[in-house]
Amino acid sequence: MIGQLAAVVPAFIVLGVVGIVTARVQAGRVLVYGGSLVLCAVLLGGGLAALTGDIQRIVLPIGIPWVGGHLRLDALSGFFLALIGLGGGGASLFALGYGQSEHHPGRVLPFFPAFLAGMTLVILADDAFLFLFGWELMSLSSWALVMAHQDEATAPSAPQPGYVYLLMATFSGLTLLLAFGLLAGAGGGLAFDNMRLHAAGPGVTAGAFVLALIGAGSKAGLVPLHVWLPLAHPAAPSHVSALMSGVMTKVAVYGFVRIVFDLLAPQPWWTATLVLVAGGITAVLGVLQAVLERDLKRLLAYSTVENIGIIFVGLGMALAFRLNGFAAGAALAITAALFHAFNHTLFKSLLFFGAGAVLNATGRRDMETMGGLIHRMPVTAFFFLAGCMAVSALPPLNGFASEWLTFQAVLLRPQLPQWGLKLMFPVDGALLALAAALAAACFVRAYGAAFLGRPRTPAAEQATEVDHWSLTAMGGFALLCLLAGIFPGAVIDALAPVSQAMTGARMPVQLADPWLTIAPIAASRSSYNGLLVFSFIAVSMLLTIAAVHRVSRGIRRSPPWDCGFPQAAPDTQYSATSFQQPIRRVFGVIFRVRDSVDMPAPGERRAASITQRRWDPIWDPLYAPIAGLVSWIAERMNVLQFLTIRSYLSFVFGALVVLLLTLALWQ
Amino acid sequence: MKGADVLAMLHALLAQGVQMTVILLLAPLLTGYVRKVKARLQRRRGPDLVQPYRDLRRLLGKEAVIADNASWLFRVAPYFVFAATWVAAALIPTFAANLMFSWSGDLIAITALLGSARFALALAGMDIGTAFGGIGASREVMIASIAEPAMLMIVFSVALIAGSTQLSTVAEYMLSGAAGIRVSLAMALIALLVVAIAENGRVPVDNPATHLELTMVHEAMVLEYSGRHLAMIEWAASLKLMLYISMIACIFIPIGLAGDTNSPLGNAVGVTSWIAKMAVLGAALGVAETAVAKMRVFRVPNYLGAALMLGLLGVLLLFVSQGM
Repeated sequence: MIGQLAAVVPAFIVLGVVGIVTARVQAGRVLVYGGSLVLCAVLLGGGLAALTGDIQRIVLPIGIPWVGGHLRLDALSGFFLALIGLGGGGASLFALGYGQSEHHPGRVLPFFPAFLAGMTLVILADDAFLFLFGWELMSLSSWALVMAHQDEATAPSAPQPGYVYLLMATFSGLTLLLAFGLLAGAGGGLAFDNMRLHAAGPGVTAGAFVLALIGAGSKAGLVPLHVWLPLAHPAAPSHVSALMSGVMTKVAVYGFVRIVFDLLAPQPWWTATLVLVAGGITAVLGVLQAVLERDLKRLLAYSTVENIGIIFVGLGMALAFRLNGFAAGAALAITAALFHAFNHTLFKSLLFFGAGAVLNATGRRDMETMGGLIHRMPVTAFFFLAGCMAVSALPPLNGFASEWLTFQAVLLRPQLPQWGLKLMFPVDGALLALAAALAAACFVRAYGAAFLGRPRTPAAEQATEVDHWSLTAMGGFALLCLLAGIFPGAVIDALAPVSQAMTGARMPVQLADPWLTIAPIAASRSSYNGLLVFSFIAVSMLLTIAAVHRVSRGIRRSPPWDCGFPQAAPDTQYSATSFQQPIRRVFGVIFRVRDSVDMPAPGERRAASITQRRWDPIWDPLYAPIAGLVSWIAERMNVLQFLTIRSYLSFVFGALVVLLLTLALWQ
Repeated sequence: MKGADVLAMLHALLAQGVQMTVILLLAPLLTGYVRKVKARLQRRRGPDLVQPYRDLRRLLGKEAVIADNASWLFRVAPYFVFAATWVAAALIPTFAANLMFSWSGDLIAITALLGSARFALALAGMDIGTAFGGIGASREVMIASIAEPAMLMIVFSVALIAGSTQLSTVAEYMLSGAAGIRVSLAMALIALLVVAIAENGRVPVDNPATHLELTMVHEAMVLEYSGRHLAMIEWAASLKLMLYISMIACIFIPIGLAGDTNSPLGNAVGVTSWIAKMAVLGAALGVAETAVAKMRVFRVPNYLGAALMLGLLGVLLLFVSQGM
């Protein structure tokens, strides 16, 4: 089966070439996205089969000479291949309709399959060369997709998404390269099997761990390496945004899990603490910035940062349990993390599709220009609502099931001997609770501003429902969100082989329970039944409606009441910015938010205005100085561009001498 | 399945059904009782105990007037809020623990179910596009963004002490007296009282009796509702008050709670003690509301932040030391 799955990678490349040739005709879109859909279905099927199958390997005569191209398919790669298949298939389906409105199909069609090819290769790779090759293919093709709409991007003074993304992607590739270099050791065994056998010293292990955390974390969007994510993800066409947020961040999570849980020797305790600290901060900072965001797609990107934080908290707990020899706890924590990764792929793809549909219908991304879309786009509005409830971790949808599992892992409270871990568990529990509550606030605001109320602009007033392909893709993901929420046991059981391979233990079988209740440890300790909760809500709601409608006298439509002063102008309704004002006041300390109101004096005829200034706690103290330093050095180095040929020759000679000397001393 | 099994299952189903019906039917009475206590403390005669039932009947019988531009969400939300709150209330051991469906959701699920209800109501507040709905929804989610983590911290404290997030198991553990007197439990109790007041929109966070006041939260959010929709929302609010008071009772004063529903005597003791606890705690709420003044809306985060910190401190203590 690994052969067929490996063949998917070149097949994606072929589709990309087809995309170059046929970009100008309608059939090109159908061919590329239809082909991607079929290939993604293959990935999904193969990935699911690999979850329960044996480990398969294959060595291809490509790659570095004498090393070859090692590919491997096990439960972990099977799970992530299934995620690519699911997310990529959904994005292809959505794009079949959504792609119609693309002004420059030539900028999107060739890179979309290449992007999928890169991600697939990362998952299948079993040596450092192929892994990094796939990683860079994924980065570069997605960079090209981010650049597709560069000409209609933001103000020139703002950071350019493509540029920042390219820098961070290069940085992440570099750190991973160094991590693999450390892992391979002096012998230079690039195959992952060599690294598994190669027993590195504690210093090397710690170094490789930190490099892997930085490399994979910056791709996933871990604070403080997340700055590119809210710039780049929204800049791409919406189906690509869905793919980047829903799937590419998961490939980065895969990279982290593969290196840290599989290739590396057991790490010291502070590594787990590091992951827990980074995860907790990421979750809260991501969602706080999402609450403050006006741009719908950027809001979703910040929410991705939050969810990556939740996933990394789960992984950090799994590491902490594993290094203390508590395998059952590690199994619960890693299952919770991977379950959340799966859920995030579902609901974030759905939400980005919804944002894309709104963008197509209104041409707007700013929520202050939307409103009332529930009347104009009822089906999109319904599916988007499902996505909002799922991402806000509300029962009975899937986001709640995985967050519930994460909380259960926090509550295990084994007697961890290390103080750092002992303190980080409850603190992360509190941070996750805060993030979950703020996510609900964030999505009430997003949904309320975009879909509810009255239209704020003519564009929103004249929006029309999107095509059937897009609606099918959204509906499919909404249904999956519900199914994963009411049958969480099925997902947990499917993840058992992954947890077995990574932690040496698995969670108890969940589907054996006749009522399909999930109980991570024992029913007396904690249990949750999504199906019963869902059916109870549905039944009691229907019964109540039926009963109330028997006694009630029907409804009458009238103008809004609004305490007797309804205002006709749509500007008078609560806007997204006014909605977040209380939260801004409470949590604004972190962002040093300053609102300044410019009120004209009586008699003056200019309009009053309010300006809001926000300080980014990561960009301003961390990145701005680096950027300043780089440009300062670049200016100094500028002198080197205007030298004579003799000086250049002497530079070359000097460099050569230094290199030879170093080599001689090294030997 | 044997005959005895069927009988046992029917019995369990009946007990669960009785619990759900009783909590639903008694909820407005508790609201009326708290109002009566407050009125008497303020030297007013106050409305009858059964006035909330009359209000509900009147609202249900009336025509519902809704705005021209209200969407389906506006019409569905009250029923969803009611159903989610009712299901959450059904998971609380009122007179007996270990009811048939008590294991279908734990304390975290109860918190999240109430979160679902709030999510729907806040959205409904924004549906018409009026200033009042928006201001109420905005403040409601601001309060929730601190109250919900505080609630989860309380849940964590209790769960770490009892070794379970299942409310029935927690109640039995507390009943057994094994918990003893602990610092973290005291912190959790104080935090839970604070959160319960905020979640139910009582003084000093919100005032359920006011109308048209700029500091109000819940009443502003549901301003556009009338008739049967308003009845559902009012009933859900009563249910929520009942839920929180029952939860406090079953965690911190589980005396009299029946372990199962098999003995008639146990059930009788359970029901009597539950009603007594409701009466005492409801009166305490009335006294507390009379004694304090409503605070400004931006003082609320400090008030709730204290609860959050108390909860977190309790959890930290538990992680650091078994005995606290």
